[in-house]
Amino acid sequence: MAKLPKPEELSKIDLKPPKTDWMDTPVEFKEDMYCWGAKGKNLKVVEFPNARDWSPKEEDWKLPENWKEIVMEAFGDRLSKYRSFKLFMDICVRCGACADKCHFFIGGGDPKNMPVLRAELMRSVYRKHFTTGGKIFGKTAGARELTLNVLKEWWYYYYQCTECRRCSVFCPYGIDTAEITMMGREFLNLLGLNIDWIAGPVANCYMKGNHLGLEPHTIKNSIEFFLDDIENITGIKIEPTFNRKGAEILFVTPSGDLFADPGTYTAMGYLMLFHELGLDYTWSTYASEGGNFGFFTSNEMGKRLNSKIYAEAKRLGVKWILGGECGHMWRVLHQYMDTWNGPADFLEVPKSPITGTVFENAKATKMVHIAEFTADLIKHGKLKLDPRRNDHLKVTFHDSCNTSRGMGILEEPRYIIKNVCKNFYEMPENTIREYTFCCGSGTGLNASENMALRMRGGLPRANAVKYVHDNHGVNMLANICAIDRATLKSAMEYWVPDVQVCGIHELVANALVMKGEKERTLDLRLEPLPGKAEKEGNE
Amino acid sequence: MYNAGKIIFGLLIFLALVTFPFYNNIGKVSAKPEPKIDTPEIQKLPENERKCVEPKDFMRGEHMQMLNDWRDSVVREDNGIYMSSQGKQFNMSLQNTCMKCHSNKKEFCDKCHNYMAVAPYCWTCHIQPKENKS
Amino acid sequence: MKIFFPLVIVMILVLLVFAGIKANLYFLFGVVIPYAALAVFVLGFIYRVLKWASSPVPFHIPTTCGQEKTLPWIKQNKIENPSSALGVIIRMALEVFAFRSLFRNLKTELRDGKIVYGSEKWLWAAGLAFHWSFLIILVRHLRFFMENVPVVLKTIEGLDSFLQIGVPLFYMTDAVILAAVTYLFLRRLYLPQIKYISLAADYFPLFLIFGIVLSGVLMRYFFKVHIVGVKILAMGLVGFNPDPKILSEIGAIFYVHLFLLSILFAYFPFSKLMHLGGVFLSPTRNLSNNSREVRHINPWNYPVHVHTYEEYENDFRDKMKKAGIPVEKE
Repeated sequence: MAKLPKPEELSKIDLKPPKTDWMDTPVEFKEDMYCWGAKGKNLKVVEFPNARDWSPKEEDWKLPENWKEIVMEAFGDRLSKYRSFKLFMDICVRCGACADKCHFFIGGGDPKNMPVLRAELMRSVYRKHFTTGGKIFGKTAGARELTLNVLKEWWYYYYQCTECRRCSVFCPYGIDTAEITMMGREFLNLLGLNIDWIAGPVANCYMKGNHLGLEPHTIKNSIEFFLDDIENITGIKIEPTFNRKGAEILFVTPSGDLFADPGTYTAMGYLMLFHELGLDYTWSTYASEGGNFGFFTSNEMGKRLNSKIYAEAKRLGVKWILGGECGHMWRVLHQYMDTWNGPADFLEVPKSPITGTVFENAKATKMVHIAEFTADLIKHGKLKLDPRRNDHLKVTFHDSCNTSRGMGILEEPRYIIKNVCKNFYEMPENTIREYTFCCGSGTGLNASENMALRMRGGLPRANAVKYVHDNHGVNMLANICAIDRATLKSAMEYWVPDVQVCGIHELVANALVMKGEKERTLDLRLEPLPGKAEKEGNE
Repeated sequence: MYNAGKIIFGLLIFLALVTFPFYNNIGKVSAKPEPKIDTPEIQKLPENERKCVEPKDFMRGEHMQMLNDWRDSVVREDNGIYMSSQGKQFNMSLQNTCMKCHSNKKEFCDKCHNYMAVAPYCWTCHIQPKENKS
Repeated sequence: MKIFFPLVIVMILVLLVFAGIKANLYFLFGVVIPYAALAVFVLGFIYRVLKWASSPVPFHIPTTCGQEKTLPWIKQNKIENPSSALGVIIRMALEVFAFRSLFRNLKTELRDGKIVYGSEKWLWAAGLAFHWSFLIILVRHLRFFMENVPVVLKTIEGLDSFLQIGVPLFYMTDAVILAAVTYLFLRRLYLPQIKYISLAADYFPLFLIFGIVLSGVLMRYFFKVHIVGVKILAMGLVGFNPDPKILSEIGAIFYVHLFLLSILFAYFPFSKLMHLGGVFLSPTRNLSNNSREVRHINPWNYPVHVHTYEEYENDFRDKMKKAGIPVEKE
């Protein structure tokens, strides 16, 4: 891995395309812009084909002899299974509205990161093999043969798309590059061409229940570690349960929040909130992952990993499921889970035991987003909050791609933030809500060997944060996504070093006045609360 | 999820729209417009002098433009004489030149104008000739 | 090549007409080709839509562009994030009639290391102007296919020509569509990114439509044809009883117009122009965002190999017991 250039260097971007036509410009694997190839052992765990160690840098990708046949057969099969895929291959008029909407293009300038061209990489092959015009007119009709170079190009660029769907907001036909990237990755995975940063977590999640590969006792240990900190801060001892049968609610959240800060503070926030409510809930070590890197691999792998949530809910006999803060997790739960692994007829329509609110909008999946749950609590006045404890923070909110464009949970987090802290500033309107920018590292691209890609992809988001940082002194970037918490931290350190990152339930727990707590002097990060530091210093 | 019903419904609308001109004309007899040039004034003329100011083909395509030019010439340039391509002079006048022969607006002008659904605005200023209803 | 090739094709098509007229192939250009083109268009269009329809929509994937329906006190954006059929209909109507998504268009620029977003409505305006003019022009042409032209059509025509310029009256849509097509062409030529993504298949319909409009404009305002003859032919065509005698009287430029239009119709089902039908089928727009409320069925959903809890407990039973985590089998 080369040393990452300085921000001033990296932000010199030329959005003008090169002189050579894109079909005549062979793919160039640029330093720090791609991930390592999937290790054979990780593919073996999930019985994936062509499991072997390989490197994208090498000339030889160790492909099966009939790789082209495999891809073309799958291509035809997916065309017959997905109307979206077939339609999106056919109806693009190349108006270019999407071109400058992709964070990777804006931050990098590589023309093949324009969503339209990213899709053309695949459309060109589609035309050659599935349309008469393409077969007859070839290149003039924008058609080309699937060659090894084209395959490598696919690999490079379909692992340079985070399926954020921003382009699909602007497309007059709603063409969604995420659908095309998903297909690209399906095909690549048939040849064992995953990236290891996805294949590893997938293997972990399959065997151990979570991406990080935390074993049951480790999960418990991690949480106990948080409990010590919570006791330190509040004087309250919390005793959560694991794999407990008969609990009312199963709580599922991305495992990332159990592992590294600032996600860990969000996990502490959940623990404190649920304790304060006296919620009858349980964690699961089997379904210990809300996120789904299988979704970034293939449809089937997504389903295989997702199946654990309903299976565990059924085994434990809970009434409904509560889901933590995460982006793509909620895309999956909202748009895929019930279709894949439903119907969840063994569960009940979710009803908040605290407020009595019935979540009609989740009556089929029986799974509620924690922002909905908490917003409802605050609205009903069930939480005692002291927003002054967050006075040292000037907060802005980053909408996650999936929750904004694949769900639409926009107001709840803002409502919560406004109730738990006093200083809230929105980023410019073209960069929030449905126009939000990806963190630059979604869909399993949050590795370390592709840091230049991640920082480039994170630039549009960081640029908007910098705007509120410069104009309003914003120093905290709140979000409801575990990948955001992991990746925006690096993006901020690189682009806007004075801004930290948090989940909204960290802010909630900071402000939450708990029954029987001691006078708090520290926030969840064990840093002094506003006003408290001086007091201590004076004593 | 195929939504077959909705798609077929949509296709039927499509079919109904694009085939509209066809089924709209079923059972209707389309008569070609045949403007009549048998007015008494024309009948009076000897056979070889039954000619318009310009040849028939030109008149068919350009009469509207010619009338427009005539109006401009008379009203704005105070020039009321038209020199035809045959070298004959005519008084630029819809009512006194054109309508003198073609006194049968209904059987002449209106035939094609109605057929083509065009509504010339000659008669917003000029007085329509009174014709015997026949 | 991408620009030159389609341009040459269109020019050859025009020359073909003149050659055909020379060779007295009136019946071919006036009757056979238009019929064939329309048949290809209608059948091809239906075939393409049915081909899309034969693939299911396995997942519920609307692109949501506003607040979803959640708690009763949170205001839902019922159009951009619809949860009801009515919401979807309004969303689709806005998309189809007003190009809602294109209206969002932004221009992203880098200025002194900062990224700025400007409003960019030209594409939307030109696109809308082009499509609406095209539609109005098509509708206006119905006067050639109807014995008694209804008041609605006359009103549309009257509005289109209400400036009362020239004789025959000048249609505004003629100017608008020419300007819009020119803009759409020039942006492909001059905006570097758009030029880079453009294919021959993007220029061809532009040239074709430009040719159709131009020939139409020329024959209406400049090189007059036997317009009554055109209607006699048109009425004959829709009555499946075309009058062969009228064909040679009409004028060559009419056949250029008709032939290019026939090519456009015949080309339509095999091209990107199918976005006309496709936009209605787009699952990111035509689905309501209610997938947590109503289960979406995937017809090809199949059982998959999963790692069961039992297998998991077998792997970790001792560790779980040691950590005090309940297990199924002691």
